[in-house]
Amino acid sequence: MSNNRSFWVWINERLPISGFLKASMTEYYAPKNFNFWYFFGSLALLVLVLQIFSGIFLLAHYYSHANQAFDSVQGIMFDVKWGWLVRYIHATGASMFFLVIYLHISRAYLYGSFRKPREVLWILGWIIYIVLMAEAYFGYVLPFGNMSYWGGEVITAIIGSIPVVGDWLVSIVRGGPGLGGATLTRFMAFHVVLIPLLLIVIVVVHLVALHQVGSNNPDGIEISKKLDAHGRPLDGIPFHPYYTVKDIYGIGVFLTIFAIIILFAPTFHGLILEYDNYIPANPLQTPHDVTPAWYLSPYYAILRSIPSKGLGILTLGASIMLPFFLPWLDRCPAKSVRYRPVYFAMLLALATSLLVLGWIGMQPASPALLPPARIALGVYIGFFILLPIISRFEPVRPVPDRVRS
Amino acid sequence: MLRIGLLAGAVIFAVVYGGVGYANEVQVQVQAPKYQFNKKTIIRGGIFFAQHCLTCHSMKYIRYNRLAADLGLDKKFIKRNFMTPAGAKYLRGMITAMPPKLAAKWFGVTPPDLTLVARYRGVDWIYTYLRSFYWDPGKSTGWNNHLFPGVAMPNVLFSYTGTIDGKGHVLKKATYSPQEYDRITTDLTAWMRYTSDPSIIVRKKIAPYVIGFLLIFTLFAYLMKRAYWRDVH
Repeated sequence: MSNNRSFWVWINERLPISGFLKASMTEYYAPKNFNFWYFFGSLALLVLVLQIFSGIFLLAHYYSHANQAFDSVQGIMFDVKWGWLVRYIHATGASMFFLVIYLHISRAYLYGSFRKPREVLWILGWIIYIVLMAEAYFGYVLPFGNMSYWGGEVITAIIGSIPVVGDWLVSIVRGGPGLGGATLTRFMAFHVVLIPLLLIVIVVVHLVALHQVGSNNPDGIEISKKLDAHGRPLDGIPFHPYYTVKDIYGIGVFLTIFAIIILFAPTFHGLILEYDNYIPANPLQTPHDVTPAWYLSPYYAILRSIPSKGLGILTLGASIMLPFFLPWLDRCPAKSVRYRPVYFAMLLALATSLLVLGWIGMQPASPALLPPARIALGVYIGFFILLPIISRFEPVRPVPDRVRS
Repeated sequence: MLRIGLLAGAVIFAVVYGGVGYANEVQVQVQAPKYQFNKKTIIRGGIFFAQHCLTCHSMKYIRYNRLAADLGLDKKFIKRNFMTPAGAKYLRGMITAMPPKLAAKWFGVTPPDLTLVARYRGVDWIYTYLRSFYWDPGKSTGWNNHLFPGVAMPNVLFSYTGTIDGKGHVLKKATYSPQEYDRITTDLTAWMRYTSDPSIIVRKKIAPYVIGFLLIFTLFAYLMKRAYWRDVH
């Protein structure tokens, strides 16, 4: 025992393990009133780890060759022991990653978690989301089914709309005039090395920023303003053990749902693994409808709702960039939706517009869906344009000094 | 070779037995089969597949030896009932003996590999497709399909379906009973659902244990959370 103790002292003089654990766990105070919406940060971290480990196993059996990629993925499904489980974890994990991230982002919208002093935290989070979309896209192309092929074709073609250098850039990205083995090798390099490294680094910086400013809470008030005699927040509790045990419970619920999906509905009726992607890539045969995975479909609906290609891509870009400005668009003295009925209505409109766009993005292209897509797009953009004006004048319910438990 | 001959004979028979040409006017709805998905139906469908469909269609991802593990069959049984193509190897996939280039010459297209057909077409589609062939003298094979107009495949099941024209008139009665016909098509559907994702057998088997464990874990995690949080007000 005494030997252990002295080793602990010895190592801590050289590496600040104890100090780090104190600062980030046992003496890091989080508001005591976290609700349902606060599970998803730790769950996102869990899914990231799941994806990395399942990905390593898949990489060990995958061939990034145009003629072998599809067969090697089926080899994982049919011949590799428990290969189907690892692939289903990875595919379901991708969808669950977005589900968890969307709920995590919704929380920030609901309780104003992007507001001062958490602007940098919010921007880092939004960058993670954009990087994650790139990660999902590159990974989607790798199995080289027919949807992989045509999805890869359509998205790389977007780069071609850049004036002057567009065509040259497309051939750089694809490694040739069309999608093939050269595309797979470079997409694998992006999907397996570049983007995951970026993701891990930005996630760490996101956590550093969180621990610098502390968590927001459902009441949208700063717990650091009411301290006890020892300088600890009156409404705060140490992250460990309180939130570690709570998150373990959340992880239990999440893994149960995850397991049910993998064991009973691993393709989730074409939402997690599309039917057409079980046909090998075929440049001569377009799938019935080229539609993206559900988590990117709102953007696809935005792209299709604008008749001009260039303008469509600009609108798409604007839709992805607008949330960066949220911290400065919201001017209301209260942060949380709990004290802002008008903001609540606006959020409902925003969520509805995204759900409508998401649904339209998964439908075959049809002129009948253009008006609803444009209305939904208008509502989405309108949210960001009207927020600075409405938030300045909207009625606010009295905000309490202390969090409600 | 004998099977190819039989099939060619069937095609010639079908062409010779021509009636009057009918336009494709019957619209079919994709029907959901009423079928049992268990080892018995999968094995029955598999044997039928191996003895009829495997003449033209491969299932290259299904190795013969995995049938032993998945379906509880022994090597002898698999050799006798499943390994029908000449040169079939126990550790290799179910590959047709028909050379792909010749097949393309005979049918216009190489008959597709059917391992994953239930993935991209769906179970209901396969079932309906098998039951939607009709006599069409305008086609070189003499057969057409309501669900897949212009299909290159002839109606291999004609002794079960009988010969029916595009409007539903029976030109020649089926040799087998309707019950037999339904059993064959549902068994084939079950077989193709199995081949498209054989993990379904393991998944169903381990599901109660995995989910049971996770539920108990979650319950204990919840009790631990509640114990720790007792002093938070």
